[in-house]
Amino acid sequence: MVSRAAWLYIVLVVLATGAMVEVAHKTQAGFHPRLLDLVVLQILFLVCNSAKTPLTSRQTKWSPSSAATLAAVVLLGPVAAALVGATSLISPRRQLLVAERLFNGAMHALCGLAAGLTYVALKGPVGLPQPTKFWPIVIAFAAAAAVHVLANHTLIWGVYRLNRGSGMLRREGLESSLLLLLASDLGYACLGLVIAALWPIMNWFSAVLVLVPLFVARWAMGQFAEQQRAYAATMNALCQAVETKDYYTRGHGDRVSRGAVMIARQIRMNSGRTEAIRFAGMLHDVGKLGVPTQVLQKTGALTEDEYAAIQLHPMRGLEIVREIGFLYEALNGIMHHHERIDGRGYPMGLAGHEIPEFARVIAVADAFDSMTSTRSYREAKSIELAIGELRRGAGSQFDPLIVEAFIAALEVTEWTLPGPATAPADLTVVTVQDHDDPTAPLQVVIP
Amino acid sequence: MTGSTMTGRQAPERIAYWQALDSGRLLLMAVAAMLVTAAFAATAVDANLHSRQHAIYWAPALAFGGFIAFGELLRLALPGGREAAPIAMVGAMSYALLLALPRHGVGRQSALLVIAVAAVGMTVGALPHIAAGRPAGIAGICARIVAVACVAAIFRPLVSAGFVRRPWELAFAIMVLLVFFGWLIDTVIAALIRADDVGARFAVAMLDEIRLQWPLGLAVGASVIITVFSTKTLGLGVLAVFAGPLLVTQVAFRRYAGIRATYLQTVRSLARVTEVAGYVETGHSRRVSRLAVSVGRGLGMTEPDLLALEYAALMHDIGQLSLRDPIPGGATVLVSPADQDRIAELGADVIREAGVLDFVADLVRCQSWPAHGHDPAPPLGSMIIRAANAFDDMVGGSTDRDRSAAALDHMRFDPIEYDARVVDALAEVAGRRVPSRL
Repeated sequence: MVSRAAWLYIVLVVLATGAMVEVAHKTQAGFHPRLLDLVVLQILFLVCNSAKTPLTSRQTKWSPSSAATLAAVVLLGPVAAALVGATSLISPRRQLLVAERLFNGAMHALCGLAAGLTYVALKGPVGLPQPTKFWPIVIAFAAAAAVHVLANHTLIWGVYRLNRGSGMLRREGLESSLLLLLASDLGYACLGLVIAALWPIMNWFSAVLVLVPLFVARWAMGQFAEQQRAYAATMNALCQAVETKDYYTRGHGDRVSRGAVMIARQIRMNSGRTEAIRFAGMLHDVGKLGVPTQVLQKTGALTEDEYAAIQLHPMRGLEIVREIGFLYEALNGIMHHHERIDGRGYPMGLAGHEIPEFARVIAVADAFDSMTSTRSYREAKSIELAIGELRRGAGSQFDPLIVEAFIAALEVTEWTLPGPATAPADLTVVTVQDHDDPTAPLQVVIP
Repeated sequence: MTGSTMTGRQAPERIAYWQALDSGRLLLMAVAAMLVTAAFAATAVDANLHSRQHAIYWAPALAFGGFIAFGELLRLALPGGREAAPIAMVGAMSYALLLALPRHGVGRQSALLVIAVAAVGMTVGALPHIAAGRPAGIAGICARIVAVACVAAIFRPLVSAGFVRRPWELAFAIMVLLVFFGWLIDTVIAALIRADDVGARFAVAMLDEIRLQWPLGLAVGASVIITVFSTKTLGLGVLAVFAGPLLVTQVAFRRYAGIRATYLQTVRSLARVTEVAGYVETGHSRRVSRLAVSVGRGLGMTEPDLLALEYAALMHDIGQLSLRDPIPGGATVLVSPADQDRIAELGADVIREAGVLDFVADLVRCQSWPAHGHDPAPPLGSMIIRAANAFDDMVGGSTDRDRSAAALDHMRFDPIEYDARVVDALAEVAGRRVPSRL
């Protein structure tokens, strides 16, 4: 749905476009674009625009249509560029809302105009490119392309911000691909000049020829996105398989992963590290598989040997995931997620800032999820109670800064509690003690 | 080379370059070396290059040479441990097909000059790779040079004879044919090397190469034609402009290959949870997958099928995670058929959960079925996993010939359970085995 503010914004963009067309028209008096060329470029624009490729998330779509607009800038001038951009009004994608069509049309027209005016202002020659004018064309074109890309992203960012509130960029994972998006746009904007260079020889056929590498690139991008989704799904399935051993801890890895990502965003980790901590959170307890089931399920106090076996699980986890091409930091996070700020944790007994940041983040999310889930020996605690426990542990068990960041993140993002854990009737064996639960430490027999 | 059977990935241990040489590579390098020597000799004595008009030769040669070097520097890793240099190929092919430049007139470089420039450019671009300790990729360079040489040898005489001046459609048609021809040469050489490296049949390797290389080949071909025609109007400066979109395309391919590699690494690592949990012997999943892929290749499976087989073989025991207690010794070959079926079903359920690997799940599900007499019959991949698993359960990491012979005899004795073709292929693979370092 489109909010009122967004509507206002769209109307403003449309009005601005109209005003600029007026200005451009006056400065360009007597300039008549060749109609056939204009139509060819408009078709090229539509073809590029309707074949959008999802980048990383479904929200971010990318299309190389700017090449058509920029070719129009060189060949036919600013007004024609605006007309090429405006064709996205009649984009053949059916699911578009009226507001979206209106905005897209006005925005692309405005970008084309801005680029065209920049090109003309820098004395770029409009019309079929002449070999003698190579440098004036290239310099003016580079500026026009930069203006086009910038205008495009600014206008889109504005409508996102008004329509879905701030923070949208981050939540949709747009941030991580923004750089790639800008670079791709700039790279493909160069194609505009290549189309213009081909035009004197092969006319409209240059548009067809240029489409070939464009579509191959689109294919590769699509393959990438598909592989990435497959990768995430497989990872999830494998993590679930690991968790099948214990009914009560199902979904634990997934929730810890989400909690860790919430904290990571709150403390403004960059996107690469956020992605790494997502996987680290998911896999942090994989090593539990290496702990004998009898030990995990034992009622009553543990012997020292059994306690040692539990303390080994972070190392076991590291052993399993070491060869995945992760960031080194994610491995650290998995290995040290049971260290305590006061140095009394395991496996290494690191203290304070010796503990890697990833591990400090995962520790907080880990304990929180354990407390808010049902265990065989107690009911789930409420979020408030669990926050209280985290605060109490801050400075001794947890990093106070991370705890505060998590609490702040919980205020903006909703935490999905695990469903009520009623163990199925045929599954009688469940974990009796949870090594993650800070309120009920493991009982160890002291000889 | 113990690791060479896994989708062609090179084993991490380095071996001296000459040890990896075989007759096919040697022949390729000899041909390329002869071409390059001839090209240098002819270029050195070419009177035109020393005449007053030398600028019309040097400027394009330098520009395209630089472009080729830049492309060689940005090589692209493709799935299956392959390497390509699409941007270098665009540079070299465009230089071979160059029609005219606005300030220099008709492109007058001879085919030999094209070869010389391509060779120098590729070598310069390869130097940073060598300095960084990466493989030099000499075979790839040689293949590219041979392909470019063939195309240039056909096209340059046509240009000097004035055949392709106008209309542009004629030049375009000839170029399309030649670009395809060049791509075919490059692909055939790649398939020959590949078949030799991993022990696949040439026809299968050729199909794999075509399937994998055609999108990139299409992009390179179109880019070559675009470059040739746009340099005709705007001059050599277009090379710099066109590098932008080429780079973006390459980044897209790189990301695709990268995520595929990570995917495989992750499945490989996580398949080990059954080992860490004590369900199976250490190294079991990897050995089974390695065996299975070699057997599958011996039986002529294509690369997509081999990848599915590798995933399935790595995860074939994952169903055991749902068992309460590990099977003693982890050897599924010893438990009752009903239990084997159950483990296979559970494993397939886990994999199906992912939603994207259903074909892998099917292979895992059918691994417990006997090869013959079961209705429906199990797919080939499942029969291979079944045999490889049984072999590894009986032999383990040992390379003792008597032990593996006994295991193979046991399987041959049971032609209902194990498919005879699969066992034969397995025997051949097992015969090649050298002591594993795992």
